[in-house]
Order: sequence, then C-alpha cells, then structure tokens
Amino acid sequence: MNTLINGIFKRDMALAFRQRSELAQPLMFLLMVITLFPLGIGPGPVTLQKIGPGVIWIAAILSSLLAMERLFRDDFWDGSLEQYMLSGQSVAAIAAVKVLVHWLVSFLPLALFSPLLALFLNLTVDMYIALMLTLVLGTPLLSLVGAIAVGLTVGLQRGGVLLALLLIPVFIPLLIFATSAVDSAALQLPYRAQLAIIGAMLMLAMASAPFAIAYALKVSQN
Amino acid sequence: MWKWLHPYAKPERAYQLCVTLQPYFLWPGILCLIAGSIWGLAFAPQDYQQGDSFRIIYIHVPSAILSMSTYVAMAVAALVGIVWQWRTAFMAMIAMAPVGAVVTFIALFTGAAWGKPMWGTWWVWDARLTSELILLFLYLGVIALYGAFEDKQQAGKAAGVMALVGVVNVPIIHYSVEWWNTLHQGATISKFDKPSIAPEMLWPLLIALLGLALFIAAVTVMRMKNEIIRREYHRPWVKDLAARALGDDHAV
Amino acid sequence: MAGLAADNLTCIKRDRVLFTDLSFCLSPGQLIYLRGPNGAGKTSLLRILTGLSAPESGQLLLNEEPLDKVRDRFNQQLIYVGHKAGINGALTAMENLRFWCAQHSTDFIAQQAYDVLARLGLVGLEDVPVRMLSAGQQRRVALSRLWLKQATYWILDEPFTALDTDGIELLETHMREHVANQGAIITTSHQPLSKQAGPFTELMLEYRL
Repeated sequence: MNTLINGIFKRDMALAFRQRSELAQPLMFLLMVITLFPLGIGPGPVTLQKIGPGVIWIAAILSSLLAMERLFRDDFWDGSLEQYMLSGQSVAAIAAVKVLVHWLVSFLPLALFSPLLALFLNLTVDMYIALMLTLVLGTPLLSLVGAIAVGLTVGLQRGGVLLALLLIPVFIPLLIFATSAVDSAALQLPYRAQLAIIGAMLMLAMASAPFAIAYALKVSQN
Repeated sequence: MWKWLHPYAKPERAYQLCVTLQPYFLWPGILCLIAGSIWGLAFAPQDYQQGDSFRIIYIHVPSAILSMSTYVAMAVAALVGIVWQWRTAFMAMIAMAPVGAVVTFIALFTGAAWGKPMWGTWWVWDARLTSELILLFLYLGVIALYGAFEDKQQAGKAAGVMALVGVVNVPIIHYSVEWWNTLHQGATISKFDKPSIAPEMLWPLLIALLGLALFIAAVTVMRMKNEIIRREYHRPWVKDLAARALGDDHAV
Repeated sequence: MAGLAADNLTCIKRDRVLFTDLSFCLSPGQLIYLRGPNGAGKTSLLRILTGLSAPESGQLLLNEEPLDKVRDRFNQQLIYVGHKAGINGALTAMENLRFWCAQHSTDFIAQQAYDVLARLGLVGLEDVPVRMLSAGQQRRVALSRLWLKQATYWILDEPFTALDTDGIELLETHMREHVANQGAIITTSHQPLSKQAGPFTELMLEYRL
C-alpha cells in the first residue's frame, strides 16, 4: 500500500501539477463544444434547457476521450510502464491508482466549472443537482472503462480516433441514464433509479476494470 | 472434457477441419436460404395488416438474430484465445467479425426498408434498429483494433479484449436503448415485436434462419482458411499445400 | 541448478519464428553476453526472461521452481534496464529515482542517490528535469538504478548505448564487481565487452528467415 501511495500516487500527482496546461486543454475543449450548441442551434432558453443535459454529457464524454490518452501514454513510451510491471506490485492495483489520480485531476476542475455550464444551457437548480450527481457517479465509470481501451491502444502510433470508436458504443448506456436523470429532475420527477443503475455499472467497473486494464497493458507490452 | 478440441489449436489441423466442414455448411446453407426465401417471399400467406411488405422479415429476422449470435460466438473465440493462448481461436474470431458486421448491416438495411411502408420514413430510432446500429459499431471497433496492430497474435488479444468488453455491454446496451425508446416514443407498438405467427409464416422463417446460420458458418470457415494460410505461409505444410495445388514440384 | 533457467523457449513475433527450444541457465556469479545480428531475437529473449513478454512455448525456472509461481520474489531480485530508459522527462533525476525506489520497495536515501549520481558524472544535474539532459546523461540516470537496488539478477538490453568511454568503463567495472559478489547478469551489446567486464559466457542467437 505504501509503495502504491509513494511510488505511484504521489508521482502521478506531481506530474499532473507539472503538466497543468496539458490538463487544462480537455476542460477548455468541453467549454468550447458546449458553446457550439447555442451557436449552432439557436440561443432560445427553452431549447437549451431541453438539450442541455444531453449536450453536457456528450461534451463530457468527448472531452474525457481526449484526456484519457495521457493515462498510460508517457509511461509506455518512456519505459516507466515496464518498470511498474516489474516492480512486484499488482498491475491491477497500479492501474487503479493511476485511474484514480486521473479522475481526481480531471473531475475536480469540471466540478468547479459546472455551474458555468449550467448557466450557459439554462439549467434549473434541480437539474444542476441531478447533473452533478450523474457526473460524480458517471465520470469514474468513463475513466475506468476507458482505461481498458487506452491500455490496448497505448502502443499504437495513431490511437486517438480509434479510442473514440471503441469507447463511444460502450458509453451509450451511461449517456442514456445520465441524461434521463437530469431530464426527470427538470420535470420534478424522481431519478433515483437512473442513479442506481449508473452506480451499479460503476460498481461492476470498479470490481473488474482494473484486471482488464492490467491485461490490456500486458497485451501492449507484447 | 474438451480434450477432443485441443488438436485444433494447431493451425494445420484447424485448416483440415475447415476444409472438411466447408461443403457441409455451404451447400445445405444455400439450399435452405433459397428455399426459405422463395417460400417466404412468394408463397407464404399475406399478413392481414401489412400485406406483402412484411415479407421482409424472412431476411430481417434471421439476420438480426444471427448478428447477435455471431457476436457472442466471436466473444467465445476471443475468450478461448485469451485463456488458452490458441492462435486458431483468434483466427476464428477475426474470420467471424466482418461476416457478423455484414449480417448486422443487412439487418439494419432490411429493418429500415421495412420502416418505409410502416412509418413512411427510411429510418426511425426504434429500439431494435438502434441496438443493431450500436452492435455494428461494436463489430467495426473490433475489426479496426485488430487491423491497427502489426503483430497479429497481439492484435488478436487486443481485439479479443474489446470483443469481451462488448459482449458484456451488449445486454446493458440493449436494455438501456429499449428503456430510452419507451421514454421518447411513448407506447408505439412495434410490429418487430413478437406477433403470434401462423405456422405457414413460421416455417419459411425457420428455414431461412437455418440457411443463413449455415451460410455464415460456411463463409467464416472460408475466411478462416484464408487467415490460416496468410499467417502461416512460411510453414512447410503450407508450402506443400501450395505445391500440390499448383500441381508441380516447385515450392512457391 | 540454481539460478534463472530457460527451458525450451520458443518465441514467435509477427508470425515469424525467432528461436525454438532454447535452453540455458543464468547462475549467480555468471555474466552471459548475448550476441546475435539485428533481428535475431535478443531483445525478445531478454523480455521473455523478465516476464514482460510470454514465450510461445517453454518455461522459465527460478532455482528449479516455475517462475510464474515465484514471480514476486524474482521481481524483488531483478533490475531490468531495457531500450527505453524508464525515466520520465518532466521529473528530475532525483525524483525519478525516488519514485522508482518506492515502487520497487527499495529504501531511498537522498545522500546515497546524490553519491551515485556523482559517481556517474551527473553532479549539478540531479535536480533538473531529465528531458534537459543529453541522451548519454539520461542513460546514466537510468543506469544509476544498478547502484541503488540490491538485486541478484540484472537483465540489461544494450546498456552501453549513448555512453562515452568513461561511462562504458564505469559500467563494466560495476558489472564485474556484481558478478564477483554472486550477482548474475545477462546483457547484450553492439560493441564487444572488454576485459573490464571480467569473464563472461557467450550465448549466440542466429538470425532465422
């Protein structure tokens, strides 16, 4: 445990802070994509409120696809990943810690900016609360399942679009339930069921994804 | 228990098996497809509601069912390859993938074509069609990932992981899309759902289903033969095979 | 037989057979110099020995036990320096080593690390981001692990790359000392090992079409 914290957690946090500008890019992408919608569809507040949840979640998925690539890319190409795999620590545990750091570093800025997004798309307070709950439960799911595909494609030279092609179908259920939760909140209807399903998917991912990620990294090492 | 399967981990044995099985899949398959199609398209009674346009189910339903089964079969092959490290399992997986993708496309196309007389448009975001579309994306993802790797054994493992992730997600996707559909479409009853079907309509459907299944197996077996040859071309047994096929003594 | 034993290893990469039924043993107190032309499979063999790659068939034994069963114990006794340096360019040399030691359950004493880096000619460069160092200097940072972790088995893939004559001499001397202390090393190199490295056994891989 100690080695995971001192060897992996602190290292990735130190790297994240040193590469702050690289981290800001997916967030700026998210903001810009969301800005495209009022510009492309029209700024009518009723329309924006209707499409708001879907727009935010789609933008969140797309920007997380961009951000995810850095999970293992640098470590693969500079050889640090090999060293992790020879360290005697469980690769699944190492992967889980790296995904955790990645999520903390991507999610917290998003959480900070989310009121702005809610404002841009004219969401009500109820909708905003529902949105935050779906983001808290859903973004770790994106990171965990996404990391499996990132692990598989890390050795490829041009993995970016392929990563999106692999992951978007897998993220569709999350998109459906998350947007439905926020839509229900808009209508003052309960949405605990949707959150429960997302939570269940998250539990499944937390239990199985680290092992799949470890295997994926092993495949990339060939 | 599965000892009898073990020899087929070797590409040469698997190739022989494919050669043996091919005619048993291909000819009965074509026969059943022709029989089922002609029976269904020309001779089965008209539907009391939809007239003749429903006949497309003789192509649509078998292809929709088999698009799903082929994906599951692909995932099983992937699992065998990952757990037991069989090269031939990955070859089978990638042999099946494009076949399954084409069958999925046929299901989508015929499903959409059925929509025109039903709802007046060429595409509706019906639950079944949307699920099929997502299934097509899953197939294409597996194929694309396999193609991205130089080392095909590595490619097989990577594509295999995605096939397994996909197969776990297929039920989740299916039910979430169905649920999404009820949210947004209201209580439209889709004629795609199980009507009580008269026996005169059922038999051609079953024959078409069997025919398509055998045909898919035949094409898979043909593709697998190619895949084996492509990957093992430098082995002596392949060189012998080529020499015999060319009818002379020079190795190719 | 004590040591790391390879038993009938077969390696296939990109559907090409690199070597079949290769057997040998790396015992403590032995230096094996792995030779062969480009593409013969030296790197693949070393990666199979470390466990990063799996062979097509055959197995590895550590002190007569299957390596898979004692993987953790083996990893504790292993240092691998491959083609890739294994250091992150955005971190400094000291940070890289500190994190690496933490991952490998090795105590990290800052003074000791400074000493090692000094011996490797990196005085004054310990606290700059590694990407600012030259290729040879980065290679020296990567090699400094050989002084920081006590491990029996060293698996080194082209460790002399980018090193100047001083660096080569330093590494070869350290290798000789390690072998004299019952360490085991298997290494590849483009230039032949000199007398500095001490006595060694050659293992030759042929290039197969």
